[in-house]
Amino acid sequence: MTPGTTTPLDVETLRKDFPLLARTVHGRPLVYLDTASSSLQPRPVLSAMEQYYETCHANVHRGVYTTAEEATARYEGARVSVGRFVGARDPGREIVFVKNATEALNLVVRSWGAANLKPGDAVLLTEMEHHANLVPWLMLAERSGIELRYLHLDDDGRLDLGDLERSLDGVKVVSLSAMSNVLGTIPPLREIVEAAHAAGALVVADGAQAVPHFPFDVQELGVDFLAFSAHKMHGPTGIGALWARADLLDSMPPFLGGGGMIFDVRLDRFVPAEPPHRFEAGTPPIAEAVGFAAAVDYMESLGMARVRAHEAQLTEYAIGAIAERLGDGCRLFGPPAGPDRGGVLSLALRDVHPHDVAQVLDQYGVCVRPGHHCAKPLMRVLGVTATARASIGPYNDERDIDTLIEGLEEAGRLFS
Amino acid sequence: MTDLEDLYREIILDHYRSPRNRGELESPPAVRVEGFNPLCGDEVVVSLLVEDGRVADIKFAGAGCSISQSSASLMSSAVKGKSLDEVHELIRTFKAMMSIHEASLGAEGAEGAEETGTGDLLVDVRRIGELAALQGVVKFPVRIKCATLSWNALAQGLAEVEAGS
Repeated sequence: MTPGTTTPLDVETLRKDFPLLARTVHGRPLVYLDTASSSLQPRPVLSAMEQYYETCHANVHRGVYTTAEEATARYEGARVSVGRFVGARDPGREIVFVKNATEALNLVVRSWGAANLKPGDAVLLTEMEHHANLVPWLMLAERSGIELRYLHLDDDGRLDLGDLERSLDGVKVVSLSAMSNVLGTIPPLREIVEAAHAAGALVVADGAQAVPHFPFDVQELGVDFLAFSAHKMHGPTGIGALWARADLLDSMPPFLGGGGMIFDVRLDRFVPAEPPHRFEAGTPPIAEAVGFAAAVDYMESLGMARVRAHEAQLTEYAIGAIAERLGDGCRLFGPPAGPDRGGVLSLALRDVHPHDVAQVLDQYGVCVRPGHHCAKPLMRVLGVTATARASIGPYNDERDIDTLIEGLEEAGRLFS
Repeated sequence: MTDLEDLYREIILDHYRSPRNRGELESPPAVRVEGFNPLCGDEVVVSLLVEDGRVADIKFAGAGCSISQSSASLMSSAVKGKSLDEVHELIRTFKAMMSIHEASLGAEGAEGAEETGTGDLLVDVRRIGELAALQGVVKFPVRIKCATLSWNALAQGLAEVEAGS
């Protein structure tokens, strides 16, 4: 049976899958509201990696012995699982395993970007991008003479698409977050892709926040590249994926050089391997790939539509409860609750610095992230140096939000 | 006293709510140094005016958390009017206090005793007056950078003054 949205997510039961949720901090149960930074891992992910190491660890694509073949099969099987999860047409060929979404974006810029962008070509980004989708482009612009352009935000924190067609003039690639890690904004990707393709531009989606939180199908959305990280979707750290259309990967030069990414090497030249191995130099994170596959299996068992429905409902509850109990004392950034708003709650408490907010919340066992969230240009647009950010995962419930608000009230009292 | 009360002592909250020596001095003659904590975005600008071997005036500006702002305010109050030798000594003492390893702070250590230290490095907190209120920060290692931000700017300003004289 395909899990639909008809039955709600059984949060009480799924919380038992996450060992870290049993921890207490300062004598209080852990309230984990930092999933946008890194998510927690359920037992099936942890045990899949342990079982891999205990039963068949070996290097991949090298040995002929049984366990080496098993390890290779697990690694390549993980590629297929991860590819299917995002709707890849040819998952065994279109997924490149990388360190994280950051490396996936660097791969696109350094390989596809450097080979295809000429001086005068334009790249369209947005003001709400994470540094991972800004700095690689700035680095390329420094040496290649490309022009970087930005879509602005409206007062609600949505992308202003009024000038989209004009902004796309001369643009070869649009690269944008499919969900903001600061505002929770979910831009209308399908609409942007259609306009970009009509203008002859490709679209790179930074899916680090989107892929873990709602159904994401690369074919349905029409994107050309998608970057995402395992650790933000209940998998291990140290692995992420780049999905790209097979014809694009075929056309791209290698990124990192080394073992495993070659077809032949002479002392004066080399011939690269076919994708995806062309982009995977050196021994890859094998156990992490196994964990990544277990994470997408776990998320499929929850049902991504149900995950989204639960998180959207909880986001609406949180936005309402914060407004009701903290009123003008707390400014919440990002669009109002709705279909284009994800479970990221960046807030500014009056007269209390985010660092101090997070410190007081820690005493309540509440984990939030203070700081600029690797989006300094966006902080300038919002007119702040930092925010305190609470972010929601499938294991969060209304009690977590109530504890967050209790801590925010205490922080307000302490500094008043 | 809970850890949180130890961190946010009344003196710290007072300096945060009513900062002393806030602002900037005309530069030159004052030396102006910017301190920046890239992790949390805290910024501090220290203006330092040295005349006849003494800190004739000092002001700080910028934005940041209660620890970075109160530490800057406490620092400015502590060094204003002091000789450069005395300021160097205060910087040394403050940095020693901030480098005390968490493990060396027993349950009563930071609260009861007036002397605390890492063995070879003893800090006599009686000699630093109100600055001792920042002792609680060492229990929160990620906040130490907040507390030392303005002190590092001060040390850099002193170095510039001394290099120029």
